[in-house]
Amino acid sequence: MFPRLEPLLPRVSKPVQYVGGELNATVKEWDSTTVRWALMYPDAYEVGLPNQGVMILYEVLNEIPDVLAERTYAVWPDLEKLMREHDVPQFTVDGHRPLGAFDVLGVSFSTELGYTNMLTALDLAKIPLHAADRTVDHPVVLAGGHAAFNPEPIADFIDAAVLGDGEEAVGEITDVIRAWKAEGRPGGRDELLTRLAESGTVYIPRLYDVTYREDGHIDAVKPNRDRVPEVVAKRTTMDLDAWPYPKKPLVPLAESVHERMSVEIFRGCTRGCRFCQAGMITRPVRERSIDGIGAMIQQGLEASGFEEVGLLSLSSADHSEIGEITKQLADRYEGTNTGLSLPSTRVDAFNIDLANELSRNGRRSGLTFAPEGGSERIRRVINKMVSEEDLLKTVTAAYANGWRQVKLYFMCGLPTETDEDVLQIAEMAKNVIRAGRQASGRKDIRCTISIGGFVPKPHTPFQWAPQCDPDTVDSRLRKLREAVNSDRDRSLGRNIGMRYHDGKPSLIEGLLSRGDRRVGRVIERVWRDGGRFDGWSEHFSYDRWVAAAAAELEPLGVSLNWFTTRERTEEEVLPWDHLDSGLDKQWLWDDWLDALDAREQDDCRWTPCFDCGVCPAMGTDIEIGPTGRKLLPISPVGIGSPVQNPALAKS
Amino acid sequence: MQKIRLRYAKRGRLRFTSHRDVARAFERALRRAGVPMAYSQGFNPHPKISWIGAAPTGVASEAEYVEIQVVEALDPASLARVLDAALAPGLDVLEAVQAGPGGLAERMEASDWHIELPGVDPDTLSVAVERLLAEEHVEVERLTKDGRRLIDARPAVIRAEVTESGGDTPGVGIDMSYPERSCGILRVVVRQTTPAVRPDDVLSALRVVAALEPPVPAKATRTAQGRLDDEGGLSDPLALDRQAGLG
Repeated sequence: MFPRLEPLLPRVSKPVQYVGGELNATVKEWDSTTVRWALMYPDAYEVGLPNQGVMILYEVLNEIPDVLAERTYAVWPDLEKLMREHDVPQFTVDGHRPLGAFDVLGVSFSTELGYTNMLTALDLAKIPLHAADRTVDHPVVLAGGHAAFNPEPIADFIDAAVLGDGEEAVGEITDVIRAWKAEGRPGGRDELLTRLAESGTVYIPRLYDVTYREDGHIDAVKPNRDRVPEVVAKRTTMDLDAWPYPKKPLVPLAESVHERMSVEIFRGCTRGCRFCQAGMITRPVRERSIDGIGAMIQQGLEASGFEEVGLLSLSSADHSEIGEITKQLADRYEGTNTGLSLPSTRVDAFNIDLANELSRNGRRSGLTFAPEGGSERIRRVINKMVSEEDLLKTVTAAYANGWRQVKLYFMCGLPTETDEDVLQIAEMAKNVIRAGRQASGRKDIRCTISIGGFVPKPHTPFQWAPQCDPDTVDSRLRKLREAVNSDRDRSLGRNIGMRYHDGKPSLIEGLLSRGDRRVGRVIERVWRDGGRFDGWSEHFSYDRWVAAAAAELEPLGVSLNWFTTRERTEEEVLPWDHLDSGLDKQWLWDDWLDALDAREQDDCRWTPCFDCGVCPAMGTDIEIGPTGRKLLPISPVGIGSPVQNPALAKS
Repeated sequence: MQKIRLRYAKRGRLRFTSHRDVARAFERALRRAGVPMAYSQGFNPHPKISWIGAAPTGVASEAEYVEIQVVEALDPASLARVLDAALAPGLDVLEAVQAGPGGLAERMEASDWHIELPGVDPDTLSVAVERLLAEEHVEVERLTKDGRRLIDARPAVIRAEVTESGGDTPGVGIDMSYPERSCGILRVVVRQTTPAVRPDDVLSALRVVAALEPPVPAKATRTAQGRLDDEGGLSDPLALDRQAGLG
């Protein structure tokens, strides 16, 4: 259907994002395949294209001979309007085929703020918004990604959800669909969904009934037929070396938010930061080996031509062989104009050594650390075990090694937080500047503090916490800004940059994160009222969400505040209690009580198991090195390129 | 150190790439192909690539030019082959020559554009083109980042004619998505000026002089660039390099 789309493209901004043609994209013959997936990242192409989850599943699925996978992204409102005028359906960018023709529409939700964009895509594709209205000919709408650990707010719109790692789950779902189609689609859509639920891999919301009590609380969530399990568990891919994806990273023609290739060096994190949903739901830690990493990087560079490689994970400096990995990669790619980067979050001198190694030949511009909380007390509450002394030692080492800028990440609105905790951020930043001036002997060093609003998330110890209201967050940020610029320390304040957003979007994210099925009506009303791209401040409308929440929730005896700023009790049935992340609920509750007492919890990677429950529940175990293996050098190096091409003749 | 000049095409759906998109794609393709590029010095080294006036976003081209510097002497034909294989289909390397004396940019005096107007009757188009050529000045409005700006589109137009068929230029053909409609085809030679007069500006000029409103957006392709000869034709800008290579 590209010929129908093409005349619209000269009339929209950045048309290249809709044409496909990325390097390493796959376009299969439609008729040569039996199970067809459309994979959506529900945000703009520039954000969605680099998403690792979609890239991995796209490749895993396309490697199956009779399976076809294509990608689709949210279209901007300018194209949406033209598509409606000219009756052009939501399309995939690979084959430019309408979404309605696929067997599965898989939507990857890194954040809940993509929910309205999914509705736009469904509507443009002429797929009924409500799962209950779909027929045997419509795709199975399947949610994945971290937000799928509580898909209840979108339960009306999706047919299915998968919790956790998708590499193996997509193959199993494909098998169920293939068999059902081969049998002539017996029992229609209902039988297909039941078979998916029966497999234990997939959560089918409509096969579970939610009942509510008079006070608005959930009474129970129960399966409404025999073949369906009471609880659906997350999926965990073990042995990352057996899954070296993406092998051929997609390289877009358009500019994207990550102009580099990424290699996931391990999955999972057991640092136990209590605010961090990713760290809780991706346990246990599974490392990729040093030679597995080395092979993926070389293969990826040859396939993509990228100039930079990011070593990704939730806390990359924690890989058991990170020192060897950085040193050996830096050796291997010296003189090839290939940059290596490590998202730095660990606050210790070791991290500086790694950063120095990776920037051997390049500029030392900025380093990023995430103390997350301004005061020692609040850092104990959130279990971010960093002392101010550690931080100052670390930044002193950074400035002494020629780094000129340090970026510090914090959160505002944490449980038990007071104004004083937040004001400590200003003190910390000033101490960083003082230490840096002394260490570097220069006045032009900088420290940027970046502050995000805290949103309590399901499957974390803070799932019971009251979310801080936006007015309090905004007032604390105002006071912090004043403290940074206070008269006495003006020269320090000039070297400190401050970045933050107001607290309103966080409250809506909070509603969507911890909401139940009743929140679906709010999402639909916002969308019908024009809500799109809620992750973009220029498109997000707080007032629209507040109005929709009032209109849809208050008649049911609940409210925006009921879902967000209210503290939950131990007895309360949480909307996601029937979805199992492996974490023992009693352990989470105890960790919540420890948080309130500012008591810390160790990391099981280096200390004995503390019984969070994941490994026994999921039949998994931590997979870490060291392996002691070495990377083979790539020879000869030093001609300015990491790739050798024998076909390139000398004259 | 060796300088190589390349002619490449921007075809099909890749006409929607911007110049920055093309530049990024080339840099990555050069790395994938293992081309030993020369890099600039400094903290942030860049491969040495000189672009010569790129076709606008949304416009296809059979005649784009770029010059690269490499640190080892290479056979230009084999470079063209491996680079073409490393680029996405639609960005196609057509020719590579070792640079001879003189700059490439100053050889680009004018461009030949081939503009398809699906749904526009060729006779209507001919009348509009006659009116345009009869004028000495035609001011058109262009939307830029800084707002609206007026430019005179007429003096840069050297030749304009309406043709019947798609011609024999590779990559250029009648849009088959509108088979039921007639398709006017405009060939126009436009001088490189500052500010540049683009195919869109020529179409705006036709709107001004003859109220020509194409029902769907036009498809433009640059078919040649080079030095103007006395008849309004264009000479091949790489001819001099080719001769120097033979001598």
